[in-house]
Amino acid sequence: MTRERRLSWINGLLLPFLNVLTAFIATAIVFILIGVDPIKATKILIYGALGYDEGLGYTLYYATNFVFTGLAVAVAFHAGLFNIGGEGQAYVGGLGTALVALYLNPALSAWIVIPLAISGGLLFGALWAIIPAYLQAYRGSHIVITTIMFNFLASALMVYVLVNVLREVGEMSPESADFIKASWLPFVHDVFASFGYKIAKSPLNLSILVALFFSGLVWFFLWHTRWGFAIRAVGKSNDAAVYGGINPKKIIIITMCISGALAGLVGINELMGVQHRLFLNFNYGYGFGGIAVALMGRNHPVGILIAAFLFGILYQGGAELDFELQNVSRDIVVVMQGLVILFCGGLEYLYRPILIRFLAPIEATE
Amino acid sequence: MKNMKRPHFVGLIKKTGLAVIASTFLLAAPIAQADIKPAVVYDTAGKNDKSFNEAVYVNGVMKFMNDTGIAVTELEPTNEAMMEQSLKKFAQRGYSPVIAVGFTMANAVAAAAAEYPDTQFTIIDGVVDAPNVQNVLFKEHEGSFLVGIMAAMASNSGTVGFVGGMDIPLISRFECGYKQGVAHHDSSMNVLAQMTGSTPAAWGNPTKGGEITRSQVENGADVVYAAAGGTGIGVYQTAADMGVLAIGVDSNQNYMQPGTMLTSMYKKVGLAAYESFAAAADGSWAGGFKINGVAEDGVGAAMDEYNADLVSADMLAAVNAARAGIIDGSIVVHDYMSDNSCPL
Repeated sequence: MTRERRLSWINGLLLPFLNVLTAFIATAIVFILIGVDPIKATKILIYGALGYDEGLGYTLYYATNFVFTGLAVAVAFHAGLFNIGGEGQAYVGGLGTALVALYLNPALSAWIVIPLAISGGLLFGALWAIIPAYLQAYRGSHIVITTIMFNFLASALMVYVLVNVLREVGEMSPESADFIKASWLPFVHDVFASFGYKIAKSPLNLSILVALFFSGLVWFFLWHTRWGFAIRAVGKSNDAAVYGGINPKKIIIITMCISGALAGLVGINELMGVQHRLFLNFNYGYGFGGIAVALMGRNHPVGILIAAFLFGILYQGGAELDFELQNVSRDIVVVMQGLVILFCGGLEYLYRPILIRFLAPIEATE
Repeated sequence: MKNMKRPHFVGLIKKTGLAVIASTFLLAAPIAQADIKPAVVYDTAGKNDKSFNEAVYVNGVMKFMNDTGIAVTELEPTNEAMMEQSLKKFAQRGYSPVIAVGFTMANAVAAAAAEYPDTQFTIIDGVVDAPNVQNVLFKEHEGSFLVGIMAAMASNSGTVGFVGGMDIPLISRFECGYKQGVAHHDSSMNVLAQMTGSTPAAWGNPTKGGEITRSQVENGADVVYAAAGGTGIGVYQTAADMGVLAIGVDSNQNYMQPGTMLTSMYKKVGLAAYESFAAAADGSWAGGFKINGVAEDGVGAAMDEYNADLVSADMLAAVNAARAGIIDGSIVVHDYMSDNSCPL
């Protein structure tokens, strides 16, 4: 094996694996400290997330959200942009989806309504990202600052819209009316049932296919189209891209629109798939989780699918732990997720120097 | 035959192990009827929110566990999907009754109750129309009417204040009842009313509660009623700092700032949870509505040693007269939520 190849194995597989392992060891220590048997906890977590069809359904349902936000962060990363506004883009994207799903003629066929509602999410997500993109490209405001501020703006905007515009008279919770039936994405258990297979009810719905479709599309776009090439070129070296005739300003705008649009798809799963209405904070945590997913997945759609699945396991398994063990509160579950993000995101290159030294040392040139 | 029976028996012990052990010990306890497996799902604010959820936890769940020894399983969901998931999971594992805390749970309860028609669900402050759901509601306007009378009598300036939490019809109901109470005593008095915010975050913002109180006091209010969950802590503190009176809400909060807490509009949510558990244990649990007003003593004005010095004999007489009037129907307190308006 050449050194290049070994390096890519280290970066792509060994490093993420060791990071996850470290995170689990740290979690085990926390569990021992609070008096929970870590072996038992692991068993509950794994069984709860993967052991039976309902648990697996929930795991995949959570994973679907992380695929969307993970892809969003990854696309921006390829252009050298750190989009931490996935949270806000997902939120406003949900508004786009909801507006279509609330106000379209209920008599229309699902074949028309569903694609339109998905487009609504894509469009609003992209619109929410275009202003920070413009400010970065033409005014030099750093994208990290603007996107995170746009998260707060999104939150304020959604509160206004839900409280003052979409909330029905006499309703307590700030939430919209129910979406028209034609916009409801079928649940996977219903699809299976129509073919005669009975599986347990879970929130898993057909948006998982949308997630897989967009994963493939992002892969094709980034590595097999001119725009994809231009995005990667800008990300690798701005000057070289300019020399090659690429306009980085235009690329920043395009990249952020795509990134925001992908984040805007969270609403497809949460709103069209499961809750069938718009409500506060449906996006909670998925935008930021997407950053960890993209980091862990090495910004590649395949890696993101795997990392999103892992996060799905953590979410569902964590809920199960909370349910089964009375001395594990929901805060411990957050600690567990935080440790995974810390070791896979913040400290992702912790083991890299050691691994390179032992597995792929720089060979003396002759 | 013996050999065949033994494993069966072992299996039975394993399955119902806890229940068997529990019931053996509890045979002598006062409430040890049917083996119930009660559960409670709080809303996303969590059980230690110093307000609504905590009232259920302390006065309902803990009290029931201490009194009966029956374990109540609890869960604090972190997102919308988990609410429904946990309600269904409790139902699936044979837990009943399952209490859902707060109006945000209504959608989740409706879904779970439809799927598990044999499970008893109780929702506090929410309305779900299903035969196996008990809706526990409170006539907050009646309780607020009583404290409104007290506020009006205690005020020297002729202006009193109201600080609401989240801007929702439920809190407007408190506000409207309070205004009617004030007007009942003296219709020329002025009520300054403000809400803290329009999202659930408004239940836990004591800083803003304090600011609103300060501005109301500067505009002449000398009694401030807070119906704002955890935000109220800031209201009571500011009232004490500025030397005016405050009125608590939900639990009896008179002890929080002794000397400046005129009273508290108690709303016995904990007791409602307790009664729901107890009713399930003795078999009297029934679906439908359980509405707690002044007549049922579900709401009212709290009197204890902390506010004894602040409440005059006249005030007590006026409150008791109004309470009697509400019970016999001679006083009708308008419910804001019946028509989303507050005629004065």
